[in-house]
Amino acid sequence: METVREPLISVRDFSLWGSSVRLLNRLTLDVEPNEILGIIGPAGSGKTSFLRCLNRLNDLVPGYRSEGEILFDGRTILGPDVNVVELRRKQGMVFATPVPLPRSIFENVVFGARLSGVRGRRTLLDLAEESLLRAGLWDEVRERLYESALNLSGGQQQRLCIARILALKPEVILLDEPTSGLDPISTHKIEESLRKLRAAYTIILVTNNVKQAARVADRTAFFLSGELVEIGPTAKVFTAPDDPKTNDYISGRFG
Amino acid sequence: MTRLERNDRLIRLGLLMIAFSAVSILIVITLFIFSEGTPIMFKYGLRQFLLGLNWYPTEKSFGLLPMIVGSLFVTSGALLVGVPTGLACAVVLTQFASKRVARILKPVIELLAGIPSVVYGFIGIVVIVPFIRENLGGPGLSVLAASLVLGVMILPTVISISIDAFQALPPTYREGSIALGATVWQTTRMVLIPAARSGLIAAIILGMGRAIGETMAVIMIAGNAAAIPGSPLAPVRTLTSNIALEMGYASGEHREALFATGVILFVIIMVLNTLANWTSSRRRRGF
Amino acid sequence: MGLSPRLEQKAAQVVLWTFTLATVFILLFIVIFILRKGLPMLSLEFLSSNPEDMGRAGGIFSTIVGTLALTLMAVLIAAPLGVGTAIFLTEYTWEGRLTRIIRFGAECLAGIPSILFGLFGFILFVTKLKLGWSILSGGLTLSFMILPTIIRTSEEAIRSVPASYREVSASLGSTKWQMVTRVVLPSAMPGIATGIILSIGRSISETAAVIFTAGSALRIPTSIFSSSRTMAVHFYILAREGISMPHAYGTAAVLVVTILMINIVSYYLMNKFIRRYS
Repeated sequence: METVREPLISVRDFSLWGSSVRLLNRLTLDVEPNEILGIIGPAGSGKTSFLRCLNRLNDLVPGYRSEGEILFDGRTILGPDVNVVELRRKQGMVFATPVPLPRSIFENVVFGARLSGVRGRRTLLDLAEESLLRAGLWDEVRERLYESALNLSGGQQQRLCIARILALKPEVILLDEPTSGLDPISTHKIEESLRKLRAAYTIILVTNNVKQAARVADRTAFFLSGELVEIGPTAKVFTAPDDPKTNDYISGRFG
Repeated sequence: MTRLERNDRLIRLGLLMIAFSAVSILIVITLFIFSEGTPIMFKYGLRQFLLGLNWYPTEKSFGLLPMIVGSLFVTSGALLVGVPTGLACAVVLTQFASKRVARILKPVIELLAGIPSVVYGFIGIVVIVPFIRENLGGPGLSVLAASLVLGVMILPTVISISIDAFQALPPTYREGSIALGATVWQTTRMVLIPAARSGLIAAIILGMGRAIGETMAVIMIAGNAAAIPGSPLAPVRTLTSNIALEMGYASGEHREALFATGVILFVIIMVLNTLANWTSSRRRRGF
Repeated sequence: MGLSPRLEQKAAQVVLWTFTLATVFILLFIVIFILRKGLPMLSLEFLSSNPEDMGRAGGIFSTIVGTLALTLMAVLIAAPLGVGTAIFLTEYTWEGRLTRIIRFGAECLAGIPSILFGLFGFILFVTKLKLGWSILSGGLTLSFMILPTIIRTSEEAIRSVPASYREVSASLGSTKWQMVTRVVLPSAMPGIATGIILSIGRSISETAAVIFTAGSALRIPTSIFSSSRTMAVHFYILAREGISMPHAYGTAAVLVVTILMINIVSYYLMNKFIRRYS
């Protein structure tokens, strides 16, 4: 039985065009607070484009146009009056390839916080420790906070990126295929962190790896060619999906 | 509009104004040179300036033809020296030299570009001019001396733009040709040079522009006689030297005539630069 | 044709390498020639005492001051303008007519020969604005000359900062200006610095534009309104008027050594920049 809660994010009839090509077609879905929503689908299905709409990262690239509505906390995130900078702090994004900035580990973690005006060495250090703990990286880097972040392994860099957005105290964590280039151990560590983070954050996880969604997500959405085919509790979507296309994708008949 | 966006707009406006500085400076330079130089050309007639043979500015005779011819000869000579050498260097650097050798050659050429023109002129005075005087005759201060030194001075320009032209070619041209069994030289001669043609022509044109615009070195070694040179061993004066030599003490109409020389030089350079841009954009648009 | 392809290639290589080695030889000849005759003149005294007797005796200290002053002024004016233009072209606008006009302006400016800059500087700064032969006139003129180079190298440097850095910065809630100043510019700094250093080299070597705007006074300049002689101008006068060969060689040696050092520094910076992104 579904609990009746206000959805954190509401997408209504949302379509997206990029350079005259339609990328998303009349999406309607809700994201519940404190859930892990997995989004699966083949390449080109619009998963990443959708994610980037949530924090309006698509604004950076000219040629994007949208119709429809996206509400966050009951208020629209589209339109010229929205404070995009604020929005991006509330919805932190982790990219497929970890992108540490060419600075020390400490500097990386507090980079976003500094941008928003947080000051004071003690404050920043505490913030860094807290964020690194939550990302599951603190023990490995506590002795070398001032070394270059570029020296970390891929898995560590990705957890650093997670810590980096946690330092901004977001409400939502957007992850775009975060473990696609990582070894199984790092993948496992990150999935573990996500499970723990769910208590305090809402997590949307786009993944190419169907099994990852099965392991981690509470609910799963299946995207195909820019459309939402099906969304529901993970167990149901994986064992008894409503739509045959969902079943075909999950069982690997196409991908 | 949020306060963020208003700030962003202001910053953009500020940067836009800064970005127009280059264009504004260009416009101002063009305006001033033309406004100072054209009145006298209209007063005495363009024909006198461009075709007159006698430059006696204190006696109101403003014939620039000897200097125009002088610039032409010296530049052609410089191209004769600099273009084959420069192209050869470019070909060697892009096709034949190993990575290690190229890493030594490149800084050498950049260094050549950094040497002040007065040093080139000085070497000309001390080495080239006496050599010509003793072995080939004439005063030594000559078209030949200027051509040799200018030819070396335009090498960095010709080389670097030619290298760009070669490197802009898709690597498949070279690979495909070699895969068909051609030697590197055959590939260069029959495939790469024709394909890079417009870029190479741009290199030559820009080298020409550099040679025409050079002043200090030419003053030191070309002899500065305001007459059409009869042979490569004769002294010569270019448009640039004309300006620089007399600017220090000219006044009144004499000074205006020097500005007029500047106008003519300016027009020639602008035409050359536009030509160079046009040829290299032809390459970019597809060949 | 007669020749086998391999033979033809061998012959071509001989010719080509001859030209190339000749070029290298010419450079080495110039450098060694100047240094051989000029380095003996170099002493602490030469560098720290003023020219005497029109340059027949004494050192070149005032010309060193003049050169530094002129170069500093030129860079202080051109660097903000040039980097600002580069930032605008890369971050604040998209490719279109506006950028084409700006680029066209910069390219044309780059093609103007130095004597015309000297002429322009003389008309506008020395005469019309009544600044006279001064470091101010010379510095302004020089700054216009080096502006296109700084724009071009800065733009290249900024463009080579990976797009992912910008995305990360934006996704962490930065304004555009924060992104530029805290992520893009710091990463582009070695490339930008290289361009500025090369422009410094150009300013030091420049003669035609300087002699008609900054004049050729031998005294140490006392303000930006004083006329001053740079090393390049001093060298030119010494050589052309035949005042003193040893002093000419000495000045030339200082010039060449300075250019050598500038090239080495910019080469090293450029390598560090390339290594960071490959």
